[in-house]
Amino acid sequence: MDLALAPETLARWQFGITTVYHFLFVPLTISLAALVAGLETAWVRTGKDKYLKATKFWGKLFLINIAMGVVTGIVQEFQFGMNWSDYSRFVGDIFGAPLAFEALIAFFFESTFVGLWIFGWDKLPKKIHCACIWMVSLGTILSSYFILAANSWMQHPVGYRLNKATGRAELTDFWRVLTQDTTLVVVFHTLTAAFLTGGAFMVGVAAIHLRRKKHIPVMRTSLRLGLVTLVIGGLLTAVSGDSLGKVMFKQQPMKMAAAEALWDGEKPAPFSIFAVGDVAKGHNDVEISVPGVLSFLADNNFSSYVPGINDVNKAEQQKFGPGDYRPNIPVAFWGFRWMIGFGMTSFAIGLVGLWLTRKKFMLAPGMRTGEDEVPNLVLFKSTALGTRLTKWYWFFAVWTLGFPLIANSWGWIFTEMGRQPWVVYGVLRTQDAVSPSVSQGEVLTSMIVFTLLYAVLAVVEVKLLVKYVKAGPPELSEADLNPPTKIGGDDRDPDRPMAFSY
Amino acid sequence: MELHDVWFVLIAVLWIGYFFLEGFDFGIGILTKLLARDRPEKRVLINTIGPVWDGNEVWLLTAGGATFAAFPEWYATLFSGFYLPLLVILVCLIVRGVAFEYRAKRPEEKWQRNWEQAIFWTSLIPAFLWGVAFANIVRGVKIDAHKEYVGTFWDLLNPFSILGGLVTLALFTFHGAVFASLKTLGDIRERARVLALKLGLVTAVLALGFLVWTQASRGDTKSLVAMAVAVLALVGAIAAIKAGREGWSFALSGITIAAAVAMLFLTLFPNVMPSSLNGAWNLTVSNASSSPYTLKIMTWCAGLATPLVLVYQGWTYWVFRKRIGTKNIADAH
Repeated sequence: MDLALAPETLARWQFGITTVYHFLFVPLTISLAALVAGLETAWVRTGKDKYLKATKFWGKLFLINIAMGVVTGIVQEFQFGMNWSDYSRFVGDIFGAPLAFEALIAFFFESTFVGLWIFGWDKLPKKIHCACIWMVSLGTILSSYFILAANSWMQHPVGYRLNKATGRAELTDFWRVLTQDTTLVVVFHTLTAAFLTGGAFMVGVAAIHLRRKKHIPVMRTSLRLGLVTLVIGGLLTAVSGDSLGKVMFKQQPMKMAAAEALWDGEKPAPFSIFAVGDVAKGHNDVEISVPGVLSFLADNNFSSYVPGINDVNKAEQQKFGPGDYRPNIPVAFWGFRWMIGFGMTSFAIGLVGLWLTRKKFMLAPGMRTGEDEVPNLVLFKSTALGTRLTKWYWFFAVWTLGFPLIANSWGWIFTEMGRQPWVVYGVLRTQDAVSPSVSQGEVLTSMIVFTLLYAVLAVVEVKLLVKYVKAGPPELSEADLNPPTKIGGDDRDPDRPMAFSY
Repeated sequence: MELHDVWFVLIAVLWIGYFFLEGFDFGIGILTKLLARDRPEKRVLINTIGPVWDGNEVWLLTAGGATFAAFPEWYATLFSGFYLPLLVILVCLIVRGVAFEYRAKRPEEKWQRNWEQAIFWTSLIPAFLWGVAFANIVRGVKIDAHKEYVGTFWDLLNPFSILGGLVTLALFTFHGAVFASLKTLGDIRERARVLALKLGLVTAVLALGFLVWTQASRGDTKSLVAMAVAVLALVGAIAAIKAGREGWSFALSGITIAAAVAMLFLTLFPNVMPSSLNGAWNLTVSNASSSPYTLKIMTWCAGLATPLVLVYQGWTYWVFRKRIGTKNIADAH
């Protein structure tokens, strides 16, 4: 069979496409849920209109986004059985449990309370309404925890034994699966990256309006909230990424070596900034690197030994038998760099923005602006230069809005492809995980169907987002300003239009 | 009763929950063409399920996840074996979810009508296909000694399974019509009642045929009891809607679904997916299940989480308990 169209290849492509696509929505959903919850809480506590407007504006973007996250998530759950039935048979005992927990504990939570939140504006007192969005936020976080525990088990299998009689992996310690270092570090890294993503999104969208001097009070608040989220998220993403690197170095030395295109072990090992390698010969033709940094990243010590791709490959051949245990090196190498590059650029822009729009400044007291004015960048005393710079800053902020999305995608491509040829590291190879009963035609059909459907939905989604971003925050109605005081709304007028309807 | 038997029951319960709940929201989707006379009425129907359809759908995700964890072999054989029908169902569920959320996000009539078309078809097709799938599970499919499905797509389309599909389609539409009569006001409520009565009679004929066929070919005393409950509840639901007792009718149409699904699971037990090639190759609760340890953890989780889910989902239905009519739907967006 033509290798390019072999069912395994197609199933892998499909997994990659559907996962990366799903993950475009997940980080935004996680962070926007919490940010919207924060804004609604601010409204409940202060009663200020700008917070309610902000809640409604970001809430709408959140809902457009979560709809896609939910529907593409269904595919993720089903395709394990559809395309990877031998994987499902082998690991159902372990992998299935957190997945079922996710559904029972998190999905029900998220979906039920999001329904209450969307339709509950005129049915719930404002504190209870606000509690609903916090529940949604909790649901998204729990959801990510359980699915990442399942994924971490694939990266670093623990708490199980192989049952020779049935040929299956069996769970022996669920608590270890839930609390192993891989799980905790990955959850930390993914959640912080999610907030980096949401923060950047908020900053970018707010900048679009501030550039045009529109909806200033709401967008000023959003800008600051976005900047703070972006900076804290970015900082913690870097910290958690560093811990993840160290865990990875211990558990998957091949992935670390591939990420650095480090062919032969070195002591101390350099961090490669740029490399052009020759996979067949197993070395780099061109390389620019900083000495010692990789040793530090891997082991907290600038002079530690880091094994190379060829070393790990030999070690794995001895352990698991003959074969090629190298992942796709260029994808791992560049995926790693693009993840860090795009994520950190966005973080840097946020850091600059936060510094320049700070309230307490020493350089230019005259640059301070009021609640309903566009904030100025307070780097220079010159008003003219400040204004021009401000405009440039908005331009960059809008541009970098999507950078974390790219970083997230590459992060997953790197972490999943860096583990190949294993689907469960050291235990089950990807080639042994596919569904034997599914034909090439079937996988090809589903891949084409999903890809086309996803492409169409992407266009729809982006157009809707653009429409609602441009429209800006809504004007508040009478009903918005007088929320009900008891559950179920009040009975004054049974024919009153619903506050929200499809 | 061993734990894998408990999980067989729990998975049956999850499917019952799914068909009970998403059953009526599929029905509402289908009724947007059969019942609604104009676009405001369509919107009334869609909004009766607006706050709850997403939560209803999670019962399916949970049934899927629980099957993966409790019966990995069943999950693997079923999902890889029924590949193309599941693909169609997935596409429908994707488009359907997006359709509900995005329909009102643009004012253009063409945009909204397209999504309304989508809601109709993506409710109708899964409502039919779930019946086909379950009829095939009960009937047995070509499973070989390695627990792999070796049949083709066309093997899944046989008279028994097609009848099963028609039954779920009719039953869900009936269940939806009763729900519509329970949740709406005014003219549409009256017409929902009349339509429910007609749909109830069609459902009764189809369901009786399918259930008797199932009972005759593979039933026992227990399944006979379940069948009797299903039939009596259906008759009761029809009588109640005729008498204008909408709440009773809805409870009874729900019991019909629950009893019919229970009957299918009773005819399956102790198999989860029988092989039509050789009885020795049947997937059973014991040879398809997870280890006792996993089942124990799952039992704890389900025992703690399920009552909570029922409480807050029930609360949602209570919060949105009021009927809605065309006057409650604002014109503009």
